[in-house]
Amino acid sequence: MRIDTLPFRLLAAAGFAVALTGDALAGMGQPSPWQLGMQTPAAIGAEAIHDFHDLLLWIITVIVLFVLALLIYVIVRFSETRNQTPSRTTHNSLLEVAWTLVPVLILVVIAVPSFRLLKAQLVIPTPDVVVKATGHQWYWSYEYPADQGGFSFDSNLAADKQPRLLAVDNELVVPVDKIVKVQVTAADVIHAFAMPSFGLKIDAIPGRLNETWFKADKEGVFYGQCSLICGQNHAFMPIMIRVVSQEAYTAWLADAKKKFAANPSGPIKLADRDAITR
Amino acid sequence: MASTTTAPHDAHADHPTGLRRWLFSTNHKDIGTLYLCFALMAGIVGGFLSILMRIELQEPGLQIFSNGQMYNVVVTGHGLIMVFFVVMPALIGGFGNWFVPLMIGAPDMAFPRMNNISFWLTVTGFLLLFTSLFFEGAPGVPGFGGGWTVYPPLSVSGHPGPSLDFGILALHAAGAASILGAINFITTILNMRAPGMTLHKMPLFAWSVLVTAFLLLLALPVLAGAITMLLTDRNFGTTFFDPSGGGDPVLYQHLFWFFGHPEVYIMILPAFGIVSHIVSTFSRKPIFGYLGMAYAMVAIGAVGFIVWAHHMYTVGLSLDTQRYFVFATMVIAVPTGIKIFSWIATMWGGSLRMTAPMVWAIGFIFLFTVGGVTGVVLANAGVDRELHNTYYVVAHFHYVLSLGAVFGIFAGWYYWFPKMFGYVVPDWIGKLHFWLAFIGANVLFFPMHFLGLAGMPRHYVDYPDAFAGWHRVASIGSYIFAFSLIVFFYGVYVAYSRRERAANDPWGLGATTLEWTLSSPPPFHQFETLPRITGSDH
Repeated sequence: MRIDTLPFRLLAAAGFAVALTGDALAGMGQPSPWQLGMQTPAAIGAEAIHDFHDLLLWIITVIVLFVLALLIYVIVRFSETRNQTPSRTTHNSLLEVAWTLVPVLILVVIAVPSFRLLKAQLVIPTPDVVVKATGHQWYWSYEYPADQGGFSFDSNLAADKQPRLLAVDNELVVPVDKIVKVQVTAADVIHAFAMPSFGLKIDAIPGRLNETWFKADKEGVFYGQCSLICGQNHAFMPIMIRVVSQEAYTAWLADAKKKFAANPSGPIKLADRDAITR
Repeated sequence: MASTTTAPHDAHADHPTGLRRWLFSTNHKDIGTLYLCFALMAGIVGGFLSILMRIELQEPGLQIFSNGQMYNVVVTGHGLIMVFFVVMPALIGGFGNWFVPLMIGAPDMAFPRMNNISFWLTVTGFLLLFTSLFFEGAPGVPGFGGGWTVYPPLSVSGHPGPSLDFGILALHAAGAASILGAINFITTILNMRAPGMTLHKMPLFAWSVLVTAFLLLLALPVLAGAITMLLTDRNFGTTFFDPSGGGDPVLYQHLFWFFGHPEVYIMILPAFGIVSHIVSTFSRKPIFGYLGMAYAMVAIGAVGFIVWAHHMYTVGLSLDTQRYFVFATMVIAVPTGIKIFSWIATMWGGSLRMTAPMVWAIGFIFLFTVGGVTGVVLANAGVDRELHNTYYVVAHFHYVLSLGAVFGIFAGWYYWFPKMFGYVVPDWIGKLHFWLAFIGANVLFFPMHFLGLAGMPRHYVDYPDAFAGWHRVASIGSYIFAFSLIVFFYGVYVAYSRRERAANDPWGLGATTLEWTLSSPPPFHQFETLPRITGSDH
């Protein structure tokens, strides 16, 4: 008997929602069916986001349940059948001060870890590896500077590979446990370079060179997708990063330098207005 | 006013009929009705587009759109129509026109003819936007598909066809309409309150429209400037937003969101006002903390102008810039919390009657709370790094708009329908409509939180197969929500076919504002003798 029907799966998902946190269902480097929370973190930045998001989720869940409980209580307790003469109370200074100050305190509790996280994301440590990603309509191209071999290549959606809409022909390869700085720009319109399991998202803007960083702490293959509307094939320009050991990375660099010898890495190209209009 | 000098009333000059009444209308109630009918019609168009989106997304792969650009055109149309031609016309043009003069004891708006041109400019804007769907945008595809935010360079080099030029003119027309409307409301509220009605005795709905009008007046010119620069970048070789000519695409985003963030409060503040009256009426209690409620709206409006870049955390803003916008954005949660708790305190100790409008208002309070707390999550740039431009954001803003502003519109509709049209919509129809809409909208939008947390990006015509489950659930929710609208129209049909007359004051003791002192529907011209406000409700 098939139990893989929609109502059954809904029920199962509802059950899981109660029994498990989102992480337990999340896949590695890509989303998994009926996932409830964020993808499994694979970089220290993503772990920090997860911890902070868990804190926020607790706080907002308590607030929503508190408001819901108050609403249900007043609906039941003060229905016209139970309470036929309404009070005329319209002020209570203590209460009004309390519901102004308590939210302020909650926000302070949120702000402290929030600012800490923000600083960790935006102050880029000295990188071990620098790569450059350029968004095009509708693919990414990656450049490794001279100290890494000095080559570049295009990364297109691979329609014949799995997972569908995530796999590409030539992926970005980086070493594990190393600080990787990504420089991001675009050649035509704005795109956004995103990698959920690294907690990464930065806009690729023509004429600007944005920077972000990550330190992957797990080897494997990780997937992201263009995250700013960029035209017809916005949904079809995924980002794929393969995280490998330092030795495998060195070997890959040597291979890639030969394979992509025809495409040396160059200076940053700004958007060319004539090239994009036609 | 002329009627005071010409003793025998000329009924025809006073009360035009047919085309003269509806095309050339200068009567605030007629213009309000026109706005409401227009918003309903535009809502059907915008809702139809959203159903197309949900049909497309209910399975992985392409279902009904031949490519992603067609899908993006529909997404863009849905967003622009819902913001500019449904929520704003319904809340400000519709309920604002109808009830601001009635509530403050004024005979009409300050500038009745300007009121007329505001409405017809809105219609013109809608027709221009509709026209844009039939002209080429991106090469080979009709319509503009760059999202309602119209970011360059996608809106310049990415859409060389004339479609967006129509779109920009549509926004110009709608924006001009709103600016004129805002001037009208500000003048009316500041100058035409009945004797004795000080600002601190003014009903909260009038307060909400006053604050909204100031937001419109200050925000829309910035949008007009930004899209005019876009227009010249597109057609006359300027490079305001083009880096190859020294321009900056991010400058556009700053200008757009300087308008765009106040815009979201423009859409929600009038709903706040409506909900306050409904909660007070059906609790048979005056509003709790009236002054706090009024000034919370003023605070939300003021702070709303200095938080815009929280829509832009991923463009590469500096650490200090992001710190500031995180802080400022979180500050808004405080006045919003004051409003939520004051509504509950208004009900506390009251004698609650669960009529259809009350059920909608309580639904609004709860759902707006859910949308509000996810806003607090997104305010934190550190977390937004992962959630920006995912379905989590889509879920958040639909909870505050589709479930917030739209629930506010329906609450106001059921509350004021007997006053506006003189007939009664059976209470059970309003409640059935509520429950279908409540269930449908939650099934539709709640799973989007899960999709967003898992990394599902916005504006995607097709998605990795792992997202299929929650997308299918969301699509089912959208069909339930669409069905609820059939119940809504059935309610209107029943009201007009049964023709059960509404009492002047159908809601009883709790309804204390001036509109309930008039007949249902009110006379064509009211308050020829101005009411005098003596006591205080607060």
